[in-house]
Amino acid sequence: MTEFEPRIVGFLCNWCSYAGADLAGVSRFQYPPNLRVIRVMCSGSVHPAYILEAFKDGADGVLVAGCHPPNDCHYISGNLKAQRRVALLKKLMLQLGLEPERLRLEWISAAEGEKFARVIREMVDDLKKLGPCPLRKIEISVTAESD
Amino acid sequence: MLEKLKFGFYWAASCGGCEIAVLDINEKILDVLEIADIVFWPVAMDVKYKDVEAMPDGFMDVCFFNGAVRTEEQEDLANLLRRKAKILIAFGTCAHIGGIPGLANVADRREVFERAYLESPSTVNPTMIVPEVSVETEEGVLTLPKFYNTVKTLDQVVEVDYYIPGCPPPPTLIIEAVQAIAGGSLPPKGAVLAPPKSVCDECPRTREEKKIPAIRRIIDFEPDPEKCLLDQGIICMGPATRGGCGAMCLNANMPCTGCGGPCPEAIEQGSAMISALSTVLGLASEKEEGFDPEELMEQLKDPVGTFYKYGLPSSIVNRRVMKR
Repeated sequence: MTEFEPRIVGFLCNWCSYAGADLAGVSRFQYPPNLRVIRVMCSGSVHPAYILEAFKDGADGVLVAGCHPPNDCHYISGNLKAQRRVALLKKLMLQLGLEPERLRLEWISAAEGEKFARVIREMVDDLKKLGPCPLRKIEISVTAESD
Repeated sequence: MLEKLKFGFYWAASCGGCEIAVLDINEKILDVLEIADIVFWPVAMDVKYKDVEAMPDGFMDVCFFNGAVRTEEQEDLANLLRRKAKILIAFGTCAHIGGIPGLANVADRREVFERAYLESPSTVNPTMIVPEVSVETEEGVLTLPKFYNTVKTLDQVVEVDYYIPGCPPPPTLIIEAVQAIAGGSLPPKGAVLAPPKSVCDECPRTREEKKIPAIRRIIDFEPDPEKCLLDQGIICMGPATRGGCGAMCLNANMPCTGCGGPCPEAIEQGSAMISALSTVLGLASEKEEGFDPEELMEQLKDPVGTFYKYGLPSSIVNRRVMKR
């Protein structure tokens, strides 16, 4: 059997973290190919429902990455909103039986290509230890029995 | 004289409040009886399931179905009434989005039984009996409907034509729905028969859109009856909840808990509120080095019970992950 390869959905803000990912690319920093990137205008525009949907649709981990607080955010305080949302969502995930570690918030500036590559490497390692998201199993069990 | 319409009412996993709500329309109930005969109403009339089975398909013009679906019996009745009714209406929060019974989705069948029949302080059950689907006795085999692990909304079981939200639905919404049925002016199928705007739109309180530094509860202090409760630090689900209730709870100095369900176009009620609350909650220390957002959120003890009090079965993650 092949080793479990986690699927990660990454919401990267247009102004800092997406540019950071870009820098990782042009600098040829190596990181595993487990990430699906979604570029958003701001980490503060990532609705909690997007994150829950990602988990439901088969993501094993979700990364929300934005500009460094306090003052880097292009929209002044979007990153702080993202920070509060993620903290609340982690509590919710715990109650719903999802490991909060599957959701990660990181501040990655446009100059931090190395950090971006490191974060992805760490996430892949952590998720390999956690295993597949249990919501994937729910999908299977729902079709198997009617209750 | 024109033939009267035929109405049916049924209750599934519910508290019975929706049945009372039908009578909350007061003397208007007489108008209902003028245009309609009630052919099935277990709470008030002795009509057996086999009598319903004997009805031709599409016999009832409208069936008002309240309650969530949590047992085999309720699922069977949902299927039966779908066949027998031309229009099936999910009546009240439980049938619409899951309701309070839906909170049981944080547990499974075994945990619900253990709590209800073994652990609860008022229970005396020395022989540790919990419900079984079938039991052999001297007199023969006794059966009970299967109790599912997961509570479902009505539209997760059968096709639903309309929804009337509210726990219980406010009299004005019921009257408007009956008038629309009688007058043939129902909106397109699948509609929620309530105004599209949020509870805030109907709320008389003034909102200053302040940042709130701490979450407070209604038992902690006496809130100002003129000001927005959210501004005062009380979690009010108003911004994420569909109106139509006239902000009844707010007028009684209590926060909205979200029984109206999500606003139209909202992906999900609970996460809409998580998003809204995260926007207004904020501390001055937030921008400082070493700030721990999880400490801020520690004030919120029960996210599922707060944001998904009524909507857990219809939300994106509709139950706690089942333990293997």
